[in-house]
Amino acid sequence: MASIEEGGGGGHKKGPGVKKAKKLSTHLDMTPMVDLGFLLITFFIFTTTMSSPTTMELFMPKDTDKDDEQNKAKESGALTIMLSKDNHIYYYEGQLNENASNFKQGSFSLKQTIRPEGDTIKSIRQVIIDKKKAVIDAHQHDAGCEKIWAKNGGDKTSCLDKDLVIVIKPGELATYKNTVDILDEMTITNIKRYAMVDLFPAEKALIEATEGK
Amino acid sequence: MPSVKIPRKSTSVDMTPFVDVAFLILTFFIMATKFKPEEPVEIKTPNSVSTKELPESDALQVTFDSTGRVFFSVLSEKDPKVKYNVIKHMNDTRNLGLTEAEMQNFVKAPAIGVPFTGLKQLLGVPAEDHKNVKQPGIPLDTLGGELYYWIRDAVATFSGKQLKYLIKGDNEAKYPAFKQVLNAFKKNEIFKFQMITMLEDAPAGSELAIIRNRQKSEGK
Repeated sequence: MASIEEGGGGGHKKGPGVKKAKKLSTHLDMTPMVDLGFLLITFFIFTTTMSSPTTMELFMPKDTDKDDEQNKAKESGALTIMLSKDNHIYYYEGQLNENASNFKQGSFSLKQTIRPEGDTIKSIRQVIIDKKKAVIDAHQHDAGCEKIWAKNGGDKTSCLDKDLVIVIKPGELATYKNTVDILDEMTITNIKRYAMVDLFPAEKALIEATEGK
Repeated sequence: MPSVKIPRKSTSVDMTPFVDVAFLILTFFIMATKFKPEEPVEIKTPNSVSTKELPESDALQVTFDSTGRVFFSVLSEKDPKVKYNVIKHMNDTRNLGLTEAEMQNFVKAPAIGVPFTGLKQLLGVPAEDHKNVKQPGIPLDTLGGELYYWIRDAVATFSGKQLKYLIKGDNEAKYPAFKQVLNAFKKNEIFKFQMITMLEDAPAGSELAIIRNRQKSEGK
């Protein structure tokens, strides 16, 4: 701005009576423009949805009436997780005992809590991790392993947890959030075989008895 | 002693850099903004660690809210004609008696949550006002109810195109609502779904986090 100087030191003199053009300021008042700019920014900040939704895949099996068509799971590798109201979660390993001694309560929170009765409520993630470890430790090599290796590009660790099956049984009072959360746990702990089925009447009765209905 | 003259400073500040930054931010927000599609009910979706992106076209979406009301919508951002074909097909097979204008209104409507008997009345209302109409939800039973027909006819209209099936549920919805929606899909021989969730990080130290870190370092 300073460099643009009209009419140098005295190259050509203007005659008397020739008025010098009025120098206009190059400064603009930008305040209204800034006002408008920030107004728009505020508008876009409020309307924008930053986190875009993602999707989680779910495969359901076809319903079959025939018992022999259903995949039989090895009892040693089965873990059944049941969901109920108020974020309650129960689990048992293998088959449910006659006296329900292996029926335990878990929790979605990551901390362990100790109930006044003296038993501990484990976090369900820890339960899954422990079960997976137990299955891997008890793993014995058999003929089926070669197929699994071939499927996973020769990865020999891929066969170790092949007996592990998690059965998810949401009760009628379980929320959708809990259902998605537990399916998410399967992804988090990298469980390859899991299924979502309905509660058996015996299990339902057991949960109702526990919750004191 | 002559007093020291303090040079008077101008009070006007050069705002140019300020304006530059403001407009830079503005440009960013304009570019990054994607408007929320209008929906008749507000749904709070659960979180998951899944990173798969949401499709915009060639998808059917079933929404259920906390009280178990079910809504159906066809997503076809690229080709609005498809949506028209769906309602035309529905109109012909179910004898809904819709007029041309009502069918055009369906194309603009975000989601439908009324029984077949109430469809004509709902589509008589302009699509922009649908959010003010109390919709009772599509009737469902253990065999799929009317939702079964919606899905069947929509799939038939797309004829052979690879469709995606989206399920959007509210945190507080109960499991039976979800199960009935699944049943409606299952009855149509559809067994692969995508549930709409919000992204959250894989918990540190978990097996998934370890796998993802490994993939990241291998990719570099």
